[in-house]
Amino acid sequence: MQFLANPTRFLRIANAVLPYVWAITVALFAVGLYGALVTAPPDYQQGETVRIMYVHVPAAWMALFVYTVMALASAVAAIFRHPLADVAAKTAAPIGAVFCFLSLATGSLWGKPMWGAWWVWDARLTSMFVLMLLYIGYMAIWAAIEEPHRAAMVARVVALVGFINIPIVKFSVDWWNSLHQPASVFRMGGPTIAGPMLWPLLVMGLAYALLFLALHLTAMRAEIAARKIRQIQIAEIGDR
Amino acid sequence: MNLILALIKRDLTLTLRQGGGAGTALGFFLCVVVLLPIGIGPDQALLARIAPGALWISLLLSVLLSADRIYQQDYEDGSLDVMTMGPVPFEIVALAKSVAHWLSTSLPLAIAAPILGFLVNLEPAAILPLAIAMVVGSIALSLIASIGAAVTVGLRRGGLLVSILVLPLYVPVLIFGLSASQPNAAPGLTAASLLILVAIALAGLVVSPLASAAALRSYLK
Repeated sequence: MQFLANPTRFLRIANAVLPYVWAITVALFAVGLYGALVTAPPDYQQGETVRIMYVHVPAAWMALFVYTVMALASAVAAIFRHPLADVAAKTAAPIGAVFCFLSLATGSLWGKPMWGAWWVWDARLTSMFVLMLLYIGYMAIWAAIEEPHRAAMVARVVALVGFINIPIVKFSVDWWNSLHQPASVFRMGGPTIAGPMLWPLLVMGLAYALLFLALHLTAMRAEIAARKIRQIQIAEIGDR
Repeated sequence: MNLILALIKRDLTLTLRQGGGAGTALGFFLCVVVLLPIGIGPDQALLARIAPGALWISLLLSVLLSADRIYQQDYEDGSLDVMTMGPVPFEIVALAKSVAHWLSTSLPLAIAAPILGFLVNLEPAAILPLAIAMVVGSIALSLIASIGAAVTVGLRRGGLLVSILVLPLYVPVLIFGLSASQPNAAPGLTAASLLILVAIALAGLVVSPLASAAALRSYLK
């Protein structure tokens, strides 16, 4: 972790790794989508609509995962003063918000034919909606406070306090009687999904994770560049 | 301990003498409660069904709108700077100010709200459970509001931002507060929800001073 503390070194590694990450991401999406849309069998109850799962479930996983990354990065920034941790947390938020929105939107599209409603106020959906609001609040803090150092310190508090919601989302289907089905992949005693449906789902999950990695590295690179530009501009004003 | 009590007393005196404290919050609360029947029509049966929810939401909004009073003035006139250097740990200062906010604003609202329930045709049987749930829940509300107020203390127009940050965190209080204030629910449910409300308040007692103090410090540097 300390090895990556130097932004120049981080940029060198990120630049070297990024093309491969993108290539693997595209390949995984190709395999995963083929598996999801072509080879996976339709569900005996839900028919073809079950294919929404291959977009919806990994997006929801990533929404939780990205917030966890954000909270971890904030903790690292607060404890170790790691110079890139705040950049990592800040740039992860918009990506996580999009994953969160994607899972809500596809869930809504899936809910209409299955439950007969676009939206129900159920524990899993409500907690996921709160997660979306937390992402928005976190981004609003960065936008509202002009001074970057101060914004970083305040945003850490917001990210860490909001992390309380993550276990609530994960276990909401176990704690409350929910319309949403309980966990069927990451659970004690192994997955309950049949093999031909499980492997495309896992490939899609991996593809989403790598997509996040690629987007995150790109966004971090852009953020570092933006900070450099800001410093140059401030230096120019000082010279005048 | 005396210093902490002195802090609480100072905040209480300031709120009471300046006006715009509990009285204004109560006025706001009344306005929201009165607007509701106008907005959805005067159907008594419908009002009775939504009464606990309407009262809870009015309570959330009133506490939220009074939140900026917790730190704003002391931040602007420099009192907070002095408090960081005092013998009382800054986390405890934040806790004392949240307690003062609870005593001066949330608690009076929580006590008055069930009584004002007659405006929205609240069932008489629901008054007592609602009052108990609101008193417990209001502790959590004040503590969470303190985090929101601290995070936005140095911002010119922090009001909307506070709502975005704080309202999502109010969702659990609202959910369990509502299920604790249903008079004819299953007997175990009320007690269990009340216990979870207590748990949220206790967790807030730990998290809120830490988070508020950390956020305030970043503004005071």
